[in-house]
Amino acid sequence: MPVMSYIQAVTRALKEEMERDEKVFVLGEDVGVRGGVFRATDGLYDQFGEARVLDTPLAESAIAGVGIGAAMYGMRPVAEMQFVDFILPAVNQILSEAAKIRYRSNNDWTCPITIRAPYGGGVHGALYHSQSLESIFANQPGLKIVMPSTPYDVKGLLKSAIRDEDPVLFFEHKRAYRLIKGEVPTDDYTLPIGKADVKREGTDITVITYGLCVHFALQAAEKLEAEGISTHVLDLRTVYPLDQQGIIEAASKTGKVLLITEDNKEGSIIGQVSAIIAENCLFDLDAPIKRLAGPEVPSMPYAPTLEKEFMLNPDKVERAIRELAEF
Amino acid sequence: MSSEKINMPQLGESVTEGTISTWLVKEGDHVNKYDPLAEVMTDKVNAEVPSSFTGTIKEIVVSEGDTISVGELMCYMEVANEETTGQANKPEEKQTADEAIEETFTTDDRSMKTRYSPAVLRLAQENDIDLTKVNGSGKSGRITRKDVEKIINSGVIPSASDKAVSSTEGEREPVENKQATQTNYAQSADGDTEIPVTGVRKAIAQNMVRSSTEIPHAWMMVEVDVTNLVKYRSSVKDKFKNEEGYNLTFFAFFVKAIAKAIKEFPQVNSSWAGDKIIQRKDINISIAVAKGQELFVPVIKYADEKSIKGIAKDIAALAGKARNGKLTSEDMSDGTFTVNNTGSFGSVQSMGVINYPQAAILQVESIVKRPVIIDDMFAARDMVNLCLSLDHRVLDGLVCGQFLARVKELLENTTSENTPIY
Repeated sequence: MPVMSYIQAVTRALKEEMERDEKVFVLGEDVGVRGGVFRATDGLYDQFGEARVLDTPLAESAIAGVGIGAAMYGMRPVAEMQFVDFILPAVNQILSEAAKIRYRSNNDWTCPITIRAPYGGGVHGALYHSQSLESIFANQPGLKIVMPSTPYDVKGLLKSAIRDEDPVLFFEHKRAYRLIKGEVPTDDYTLPIGKADVKREGTDITVITYGLCVHFALQAAEKLEAEGISTHVLDLRTVYPLDQQGIIEAASKTGKVLLITEDNKEGSIIGQVSAIIAENCLFDLDAPIKRLAGPEVPSMPYAPTLEKEFMLNPDKVERAIRELAEF
Repeated sequence: MSSEKINMPQLGESVTEGTISTWLVKEGDHVNKYDPLAEVMTDKVNAEVPSSFTGTIKEIVVSEGDTISVGELMCYMEVANEETTGQANKPEEKQTADEAIEETFTTDDRSMKTRYSPAVLRLAQENDIDLTKVNGSGKSGRITRKDVEKIINSGVIPSASDKAVSSTEGEREPVENKQATQTNYAQSADGDTEIPVTGVRKAIAQNMVRSSTEIPHAWMMVEVDVTNLVKYRSSVKDKFKNEEGYNLTFFAFFVKAIAKAIKEFPQVNSSWAGDKIIQRKDINISIAVAKGQELFVPVIKYADEKSIKGIAKDIAALAGKARNGKLTSEDMSDGTFTVNNTGSFGSVQSMGVINYPQAAILQVESIVKRPVIIDDMFAARDMVNLCLSLDHRVLDGLVCGQFLARVKELLENTTSENTPIY
């Protein structure tokens, strides 16, 4: 199995889907000739031409709007927001139109659009290139939000997103793009949206997280194993709607739960995860549910010291796991 | 002079590693701050790495063509002292401080010893573990779920019921606890014998208190003419005993009829569960068997699926086990309705205490010959009273009346024609 980076898995999935189905096309700022600012659409313009790899004006509402319209007419658009920080002008289109059209039209219309966007910090990106905005969309029935952690999951889930009959937001951690590498099968496979994945089996502490933080948890778990602390790691993969069953099983397994997100703590995805656990697992809990998250600061600061303070890392995760283990 | 590290800088968003394409300096070279040290290639940009210090290149660690992660060491520099920032040492200092704090936690503090988590309490109650006898491995002596699981797996359980009056029963029912502490127990006088309350007697006492304090009992009684049943049984009992080796008791007929009626009135086969009533699918009849000072309630499982012979066989087997002290907890679990053979003591009327958490108990009294008026004439008939105690939270008079009427109907019409033994 070839080893590829997270972003290569994105490109690979796009390429395979465009080859498989000519209704699939990509649009976004600089996705064409330039191949995307992160090179996610590298080579697609040369292979599929300007009719299927569209360079758009700097107008996110237009990117979303054109994509939604095309999707409703039977196309399979994959729209790229250059950074998730810039998705905000398109939120009205996404929430009011894409998420609701099936419901509003009594199933007459669907909107099979995929909207990709890089998110997350730790890359010296400062305020408008570092945010995690998933929680804005995470209470909108009709939408799905996928946030994969590994190249294998990226390819399988992006294919599922493109083939999904309804709108899917596909958020990619930009620091993972070149940091995370892994084996990715060359064949055509998909992974189910809405299903969490156990990334490591353990018996002492359950860590539930998603995106880049999965790797922080795995690294911390590896280190703590030597001290006899066994960590169970659940990767949510889809943060909306959440895999309730998977969460309940993982939390009940150890009764000591650490939830991690890079987003600001209040109102984040893990608050909802915590609520699910509190509702269902009281008599299996052996410690208060613990959340490790970004501070209540408007956005990721630019100063390296402050960025480091804001961002999570394996050391912070390790410390939090150890605290729970000692409890 | 001091030694400083030059690390791979972050050369753009999403860039996490870089390849040294060319070193622009060699070991021993003097460089000024901001002078380029090396050319680095990433899959996004090509850039020069500037020097962070003025000084001399001491050792180059990474060769040209090597790829290293952002933050990894590239080379060492010899730097004049005032340049030193001391930054490199800071993280270590902080860590040792953390360790010191952690160590203070592992002192002899036992303040969390009696703070139990929901999981620990649940496991302790389910397995009858006395937590005061368990040592905790958690912070400040807290007992963790793992501690309890370890005890359960080891099989050596410090049970609460080993000791005399212990605290576990009280924990669960504050009501009971309150009553117990307020009761002025009887004092013994000269010549009285004191019998310690242990084992089964204690369990009976607890169950009875629980049932009678928690369940609002209501009572009903019907009178049943079992003349036909008595005749029928008399005609077959000797042959049955010879063939099967155990007695064909009246009780087997009663259990059979009751199980059949329960099938038609499943409401009586239920349990109160706080915010819901659980109606049981299986009909498992608990029967009371006394042995000396002890009372057991073994269970005839799936009574509705068994013939009268099958029930008689179960009764004989369970009673035999009870007499020999061979009953297992398996024999005594999963009962859904109790039938009590009070008639065997000559009783003609009684008010049973419900076998918690069931919803009803039926007492079969003595069969007695009594004059009864039929068609305005006296007749000598075999009569029996059936007394039902019911959980009034679950059941009402109407359904219980219908249920008893159905039992009566079944029993009064028991003849060799319609009720096969086998």
